[in-house]
Amino acid sequence: MSIFETIIQPDTFDVLIKIGIILLKIVIVVAAAMLHVMYATYFERKSIGHMQVRLGPMEVGPHGVLQPIADGVKLFFKEDIIPADADKPVFYIAPVISLVAALSSLSVIPFFKGFVIANINIGLLFILAMSSLGAYGIIISGWASNSKYSFLGGLRSSAQVISYEIAMGLSLVGVMMMAGSLNISDIVNAQAAYPLRVYAIPQMLGFFVFMVAGIAETNRAPFDLPEAESELVAGYFVEYSGIRFAMFYLSEYIGMIVISLIAVVCFLGGWSGPFDIPYVPFAWLLLKVYFFIFFYYWIRATLPRYRYDQLMSLGWKLLIPLALLNIVITGIAKLML
Amino acid sequence: MLAEIFFAYFAVVIVLTSILVIASRNPVHSVLWMLLLFFHIAGLYLMLDAEFLAAIQIIIYAGAILVLFLFVVLLLNLKEEIKGRPFSRIFVIALVLAIGMAVVISSTMKLLPPGPVGQYSMDMIRATKGGNSSIIGRVMYTEFLFPFEIASTILLVAIIGAIVLAKKRLRS
Amino acid sequence: MAEVNEVKELVVNMGPQHPATHGVLRLVLQLDGETVVKCTPHVGYLHRGIEKLGENMTYLSALPLTDRLDYIASMSNNVGYVVAVEKLFGIEAPERAKFIRTMVAEMSRISSHIIWLGTHALDIGAMTPFLYAFREREWILDLFEMLCGARLTVSYPRIGGVRNDVTQEFLDSLYRFAEEFPKRIEEYETLIDKNRIWLKRTKGIGIISKEEAINWGLTGATLRGSGVPYDVRKYAPYDAYDKVEFDIPIGENGDVYDRYRVRMAEMRQANRILKQCIEKLPEGPIMAPDAPKFTLPPKDRVLKDMESLIHHFVLITKGPMAAPEGEIYVATEVPKGELGFYFVSDGTGRPYRMRVRAPSFVHASVLPRLCEGGLVADVIANIGTIDIVLGECDR
Repeated sequence: MSIFETIIQPDTFDVLIKIGIILLKIVIVVAAAMLHVMYATYFERKSIGHMQVRLGPMEVGPHGVLQPIADGVKLFFKEDIIPADADKPVFYIAPVISLVAALSSLSVIPFFKGFVIANINIGLLFILAMSSLGAYGIIISGWASNSKYSFLGGLRSSAQVISYEIAMGLSLVGVMMMAGSLNISDIVNAQAAYPLRVYAIPQMLGFFVFMVAGIAETNRAPFDLPEAESELVAGYFVEYSGIRFAMFYLSEYIGMIVISLIAVVCFLGGWSGPFDIPYVPFAWLLLKVYFFIFFYYWIRATLPRYRYDQLMSLGWKLLIPLALLNIVITGIAKLML
Repeated sequence: MLAEIFFAYFAVVIVLTSILVIASRNPVHSVLWMLLLFFHIAGLYLMLDAEFLAAIQIIIYAGAILVLFLFVVLLLNLKEEIKGRPFSRIFVIALVLAIGMAVVISSTMKLLPPGPVGQYSMDMIRATKGGNSSIIGRVMYTEFLFPFEIASTILLVAIIGAIVLAKKRLRS
Repeated sequence: MAEVNEVKELVVNMGPQHPATHGVLRLVLQLDGETVVKCTPHVGYLHRGIEKLGENMTYLSALPLTDRLDYIASMSNNVGYVVAVEKLFGIEAPERAKFIRTMVAEMSRISSHIIWLGTHALDIGAMTPFLYAFREREWILDLFEMLCGARLTVSYPRIGGVRNDVTQEFLDSLYRFAEEFPKRIEEYETLIDKNRIWLKRTKGIGIISKEEAINWGLTGATLRGSGVPYDVRKYAPYDAYDKVEFDIPIGENGDVYDRYRVRMAEMRQANRILKQCIEKLPEGPIMAPDAPKFTLPPKDRVLKDMESLIHHFVLITKGPMAAPEGEIYVATEVPKGELGFYFVSDGTGRPYRMRVRAPSFVHASVLPRLCEGGLVADVIANIGTIDIVLGECDR
C-alpha cells in the first residue's frame, strides 16, 4: 500500500497528462521528420535530375512520387549483412547512435510559437552536444566494419566533424551574444527587433561560416569526403546493408534538416515572416527550411569535392578565424550600442 | 521519490560503466563505455539543475576529448592488445587496497566540514534570466577572472607545445 | 621502445572493382595516413588475348577485334588498324574514303574525350558534367548508328576504304552537331573551368616534366599536357590529316589541370576538323580499285556472280593473298595517345605476329610516378588524367 501511496499523489494525474503531451509532441515531430526525410530524397533526386537534364524517378506512381515508399520497403526487407570479423555489438549500435543523435536534436527546436518538445535554457548547446555524439556513430561504424575503406572513411569523418564543429559552435556565439540567451525560442523572439526580423544581416559573417560548417558537419557535397564514392567507395557505411544502412541514410538527412532548422531559427527569424499566414503557424519555417534543403542539392549538383587536406585548411585557416573575427565584431558592436 | 530513483539509476550505471571501462579487453569498447559514463555524469549534473555543465560535459569530454582517445585507440594494433592477460598478478592486492580505501573514505566523509554557503542558492539561479549559464559566465568573468585567465594561458602553452612537438617531427 | 615506435603502413587494395578505376585496374596502395607511399598497378584483369587471336584470323576478320580494344573509341581503333594493314599491303584508299575516315575518327575522339571529361569530373566529385557529357556522347552514338547501324562496336572502316558511303542526311546532322558542340563545351567549362575547388584539386597535382614524360613513353594528350607538341596526325599524317587545318594544343606545367585544358582544346580542334571534312569532302569511290582482293563482295553479287563467289571463298578461307613478307609498324593518333599496330607478315593471309602498342598500357605504368607522395584523393585525379581504358591496356 505504501508504495502506491507514494507513487500516486494528488498531482500524479497532472504529471501523467504532461508526459502524455510530451509523448504526443515527440510522435508528431518524429513522424513529420520521417515524412520530410522520405520526400527530401525524392525532392533531391528530382531536382538534381532536372539540373542534370534527366528526369529522376518516374516509374513508381505518377512522376515517381511513391519511389521513397518503395525504397523504404525495399531497405526494410533486405538482408542485414554483417562482415566476417566485424565487432558485432559495436557494428549493430553504430547506426542507432547516429540516428538517435540526429533525432534528439529536433527536440529543442521550436517549430512555431510555443511548440517545442523541450524548451530548455541551453538549447543551442544541446544541439552541439548531439552533433558531437553523432560523430561516434560514424567513427565506430568505420572501425567495427573491419574494412579498410570504411576505416579510412571513419577517420576522415571524425577529423572533419571535430574541426568543423568548432567553427560551427563559434559561428553561433555571435547569435548567442546578440540574443543574450542559449534558449532557441528566446533567440527567435529577439530577432523581431532587427531588420526583416532576421539576424542574417548583422550576423552575415557568422551566417556564412555556419552554412559552410553545417554542410561539412552533415557530410554533404562538396565536403562529402567520408563517403566519397570515387575514393572510398562509400566510406564508413560501405559494409552496411538493409535497415542499418537506412538508419545512416535517415540520420544524414535528418542531420541536414536539423542544420537547416538551426540556420532558420538562429539566423532567419524562425517561424516569423514578413506577414502572418493564418492557420499554418509553421508555414514560414518550413518554407525557409525547404529553401535551405534545395540549397544543399544545388551545391551538390554544382561543385566538385574538396580534398582532405584542403578541407582541413579551409576549416582551420579560414572558417575558425572568420568566426572569431565575427565574435570580436559582435562584442565591440554590443559594447558601443 | 522520483529524484531518488533517477539518482540511484545514474549512480549504479556510473559505477558499472567505470568498472567496464577498466575491465574491457578491447580498448575501443572501453572508450565506448566511457562515453556512456560521461552521459550519466551529465545526467547527474542535470539533476543538480546545472544544465550548462551537463552540456559542456558532453561537448568537451564526450565530443572532443574522448574522440581523440578513440582516434589513438583505433590506430593501435588491437589484435595484440586483446591477447594480453586482462588482469595483472597484483590484482588481489589492488582489490584489497581499493576496498580499504573505500571504507576509509566513506567513514571519514561525514567528518569533513560543509563548505561555505554562497549567495547562489537554487532559487536564485532559477529566478535569473538565462539560468545558470549566465550566472557561471558572470562569476567566471568577475570574481574568478584571474584564475580563469591563468587556466586559459596554461591551455595556450599546451597548444603551442603540441605544435612545436609536431613541427619537429615533420622536419626530421 | 622499438615496438612503440613501429609505424604500420595501411595497405589498401584499390580495385579491380572500384568505382573510380575506370574498369578493372587494380592499384595496391601503401598508405601512411592519407599519403601514398607506394603505388603498384596490376593490370591484366581484362586480358582477352586479342593479339594472339589476331594471329589466327585473316587480316579481314581481325578488324572487329580492334573494336574491343578501346571500346570507348572503337572507330579510332578501326581506322588505326586499316591504315596499318593498307600500308602493309601497299594500297591506297580513295580520297573520299580518307576524308570519311578522318571525319569518323574525329567523331570518336570527341566521344572519347567527352566520356573522359565526364568520368574525370565525377571522380573529383562534380556530378553534373558527367550527365551533360553523356548527352553529347549519345548524340554522337546516334550519328554512328545513322552511319553504319552500330553504336559502340562499329567496325565501319574497311581495308582500302569504308564500308558504305555517307548520306547527305548524315552529313547534315553531323554539321548541326559541329555547329552546336562548341556551345556545349562552353557549358562544361562554366561548371568547372574556373571553379575554385576544381582548380585546387587539379592544379599542381600529378606534375610530370617534359623530359620525364618523354622518357616514360607517354603519348597523346597526356604527353602534350607537359608541353611536348607531339601528335602523329602532324608528324606522320595518315588519311586526310594533311589536308585539314588544326592546331596541337599543349600545356605548360604538366599537371592534371593542363591535361584537362589540352583535352578540352582538342575537342574544339576535333570539331574544327569535322567541319572541314564535311566542307571538303570530295566526290568519288569509297573503296580502292583493287578492293575486291581485300573486302568481301556484296551478298547479292555473291549469289549471282561466279567471280564474286570465288573472291568471297578465298577471302574467308585464306585471307587476302597479296600480303608481302616483312614487318611493319604504323602508328595513328587515337584519343588516348599513339596507337601502333605492328605486323610480321609471312606472306599468308594471316599475320605471323600482331602486336598492339596500346597507349593505355604505357600510361598505366606511369601511375606510380604520379601517385607516390600524393594523397589518396590525388590517386583518383591521376587515374582520370592519364585517361586509360583497361580494354586497351590489357588487350
